[in-house]
Amino acid sequence: MSSSPLPPPLQQQRHPGYEEERLRRVAEQLPCREVQAGMLLSLMGEPQQYSLPCIFIYGHRASGKSYVVNVLLKELELPHATISCAECITAALLFEQVLLALFGGDAAATLPRYPSLSDFVRIYRHHRSRAPAEQTRYIVLEKAELLRDMDANLLSVLVRLQELVEDNLTVLLLSELVWDTFRPNTGCLEPLPLHFPDYTKAELHQILSRDRHPSYSADLYASYIHILLGIFYAVCRDLRELRHLAALNFTKFCEPVTEGKAKESDTHKLWRNIEPHLKKAMQTVYLREVSSLEWEKMQQVETETGPLRGLSAHTHVELPFYSKFLLIAAYLASYNPARTDKRFFVKHHGKIKKTKFLKKNEKTSNHLLGPKPFPLDRLLAIFYSVVDSRVAPTASIFSQISSLVTLQLLTQVSHVDQLDAPKYKCAVSMDFICAVSRTVNFDIIKYLYDFL
Amino acid sequence: GCFVFKPNTKKKKTSSLSLDHFTHGCKGAETSDIRFRLFHDLWNKTKTDIEQDELNKKVLDSLLDFTRKCSITRQHSNWASQMRASEIPTAALMLVNVPDHDMTFQSLSELLQQSVTPHVVSVQAKECAALKHLMKRVLERLMDTLVAAADDEEEEEIEAAALQQSDTPVHRSVHCSLSVLCEWYNTQTKRSSPSKDQYPPVVIIFKDLEAFNQKVLQDFILICRYVERLPLMFIFGIATSPSTIQHMLPHSVSSLLCIELFQSLSCTHHLATVIDKLILTPKFPFKLSGKVMQVLISLFLYHDFSVRNFIKGLALLEHFHSQPLSVLCCKKKEALRNLAQLSHGDLERIRQLPSFTEVCHKLIKDLCKYHKNYYPMLRCLHALTSSLPRYPLGKQIRELHLICLEKNVWETEDYQSAMKLLMLAKDELIALLQKCTEILQPIKSKMMKSAFVQLEDMLNKFKQLDNESRRSKKQSPYENLRSDVLEFIDNLVSHLPPPESQTLNEVCYYSSSSSVRRHLNATPRTSIQAALSSPYYYLPNESLQTDDGSVSNAAPDICIVHKLHLECGRLINLYDWMQAYSTVVSAAEGNDPDSDNFGKVDDVKARFIRAVSELEFLGFIKSTKQKTDHVARLTWGGC
Repeated sequence: MSSSPLPPPLQQQRHPGYEEERLRRVAEQLPCREVQAGMLLSLMGEPQQYSLPCIFIYGHRASGKSYVVNVLLKELELPHATISCAECITAALLFEQVLLALFGGDAAATLPRYPSLSDFVRIYRHHRSRAPAEQTRYIVLEKAELLRDMDANLLSVLVRLQELVEDNLTVLLLSELVWDTFRPNTGCLEPLPLHFPDYTKAELHQILSRDRHPSYSADLYASYIHILLGIFYAVCRDLRELRHLAALNFTKFCEPVTEGKAKESDTHKLWRNIEPHLKKAMQTVYLREVSSLEWEKMQQVETETGPLRGLSAHTHVELPFYSKFLLIAAYLASYNPARTDKRFFVKHHGKIKKTKFLKKNEKTSNHLLGPKPFPLDRLLAIFYSVVDSRVAPTASIFSQISSLVTLQLLTQVSHVDQLDAPKYKCAVSMDFICAVSRTVNFDIIKYLYDFL
Repeated sequence: GCFVFKPNTKKKKTSSLSLDHFTHGCKGAETSDIRFRLFHDLWNKTKTDIEQDELNKKVLDSLLDFTRKCSITRQHSNWASQMRASEIPTAALMLVNVPDHDMTFQSLSELLQQSVTPHVVSVQAKECAALKHLMKRVLERLMDTLVAAADDEEEEEIEAAALQQSDTPVHRSVHCSLSVLCEWYNTQTKRSSPSKDQYPPVVIIFKDLEAFNQKVLQDFILICRYVERLPLMFIFGIATSPSTIQHMLPHSVSSLLCIELFQSLSCTHHLATVIDKLILTPKFPFKLSGKVMQVLISLFLYHDFSVRNFIKGLALLEHFHSQPLSVLCCKKKEALRNLAQLSHGDLERIRQLPSFTEVCHKLIKDLCKYHKNYYPMLRCLHALTSSLPRYPLGKQIRELHLICLEKNVWETEDYQSAMKLLMLAKDELIALLQKCTEILQPIKSKMMKSAFVQLEDMLNKFKQLDNESRRSKKQSPYENLRSDVLEFIDNLVSHLPPPESQTLNEVCYYSSSSSVRRHLNATPRTSIQAALSSPYYYLPNESLQTDDGSVSNAAPDICIVHKLHLECGRLINLYDWMQAYSTVVSAAEGNDPDSDNFGKVDDVKARFIRAVSELEFLGFIKSTKQKTDHVARLTWGGC
């Protein structure tokens, strides 16, 4: 990449084969990405020239990867297919979309029911010979990391597709991960990596200031963005998210101006007004504790009715009586060593030497190590000893266990097919189980080995 | 919240239940048709009462508002909404118990279809193991809803399309992407009349969020993000707590959603309403005895939190089926009419005695009167005692009801202590009495009317009393009046005798708690054991019948093997076991134990091995690593 601190504007770089006018339009749409766009254009070469078989573009979320590529391809009117790999749940869908975008519906219809890679290559070559490429064709694959989970050799084929279909074709892979995590263990052609660095604070400011509100001055909006970045830049550099937050809070920022309490130039006053508000937004709406709709509603109503109740404030879970005890028993089974069960749950357990019982390194470590798996028998044995009343082992007791599993309060460790002695783990936190046992008057701390 | 997943009942049993089935094996078959009709009416009434679902009305209404608002804001385009990231509106609907979810979601999607959008689809976790399946379900159902809702004119076209689809299922599976859905949606909106809401949202309901595979859900939401042309909307059904969403979805995904929370009523609240509607009312003629009620309530609280199971447990069918006199279990007028129509057997003769008819008339009337007085009184007593410290007579009205069903409430210790606690200060007592009068006011029965008048009277007296100094040792007028009131209440409470004391209570009350328990709370192990130890119970074959409870040697192999294994200790030697088995079987087939072939026949071995593995599958034995040719017993006891 260019090492010069100030890259020349895109239209001043030399990119023969493309119209000046179009390059200018592209440059206008791509602020702060001149270097990358220029680099990409140089790699692409003139439209009719062959380009690299594959370019791998990577960078963090919202660093403009897809945007740059799409603007370039659209504005310069190059033949291309843009496909999100998230949407392609099968490779067949991917092939179909490529053919559809490059050769039209007829080509896509000739694909067999379950197309293999060679079917795809065959059909592509067939259509390529009918309509040879006058310009480089591009296949853009967004979220390319998902290709790794598809057919084993799909990725290595796509990397050298140019060679296989003998066409002027370039595959652009877009991902948030580095190429190292892609390399299949059979090895494959290395694509050219192209990194999109994160936007700097100044760049973010420049980009965000561009979407100013039509009825306010650009300066006001720029100063608003400055304040916003001052607060949010430390936690969030995602352009998309920042733009969203800016839109949500702008009306609040303008309130003193619209009400006539302050002038647009009164920056300090405006800052004092918005700052606590933005801090609150960081704890709530940014974390999606409060939805954007509710947030806007709250701004309109403007009543300080205590702290906000976000999503995670609701932790209370209603469970039937025996389910609570099953959960308690599961927690005990997960966090107590099995050999201590006798001490806790047998009434006349005889003498157990305290020194022998409390092994030094075992103590206090169980909660740090996390839940351990336990068999169903142990769960039931503990359950029957912690429940006061006599409980018949009916079907509904067992179905409550599976209900707890579906509610993700327990997890089944053994395979689902294993009917004989299934194993579970308890997946709830200490606070949760304490709250549950308080509702049934069960002192769980007394039964936990770690707290003895 | 929770609980207990039961497989979807194939069709409502009652709707397919015909009169023939009902009459078959029915006691007192003469009146069976009337009873069947009564049962049917009552059952339908139950269903409509519950399904009207006024409980969740508030939540559902606000949810509908939310969907409407979302679809409106989407169509507006001002600066803020352009700049805002396109979030998918999502309603997190907190529901307490899973088995009743279906009912709620059913009514929710109906409501949505009626008033907001025709495009509603609901999916369950178990049908969506992979992203592919989820997509397929969503697409299929959305398009199918359309088919069902289409007009007659379009039907031909759709049929043709369906034919095409069945001819080329290829394209159905290949085109399983949201872009297809987009196209479909665009043609839909173009076709629909432009007058009303032009872009109705597409609502996807995830019935049980917790059970969904996290990966599948995340991927699906990520895909939906790309489809900006489609006004999607999600509804998540959550049974635990809303923080589940945060556990399941990372920030990158949850930032695509605009989540709003909707909390439905707690399930105990739901139960209270159902009890109020179906049990604590004289309008519903069918009654439950204390024991049955106890079983149902404990099932609810201890096991499943399912209102649907509670209603199932009402045992209506069984009562009408097995109790010939249940023909009188209906409203007063109808009961009297039915009484006159009894025209067979003993009842015929009884009826012809004029004196008895008279008595019957009176008895039925009494029973009705009893119920008319019972419930208002119960409510009054509850109003008076439910706020006392430590709740001597229970906090919920159902607890008081249970006490009253069992014995004479005024004889219990709890009642005495409650009455002592009622010696309250003036203001509190007046407030309580006020509540009582409110309860009694609308009741039409004679006795309650007079009680109401008396109570009013006393209330007025209370209000006229001045706040005198209470220093004097003599009883103040207030204290006098208070003891009067308490005496009056005590008198009234004597109208709360348990129903068993009433003649003809069998007509209305269902008291077989054990059968309810058997129906609802299955005990698979007991039934397996019963089947193995007395196969005649399930296989009515004469040769299996034995007198002493032992297993006949003609029984199925597994029964014999089970019987033999009961005689063993913790570890069972397989060879000995097989020897014993072949002795029994050979004896049954009449073979001579001394012959050479004895016990060596291959098919006897094979049968034995099969029976043993069946036992293992049922969980009676398991293989052990201690001794290779032994298996371990997993049950105790035996011969």
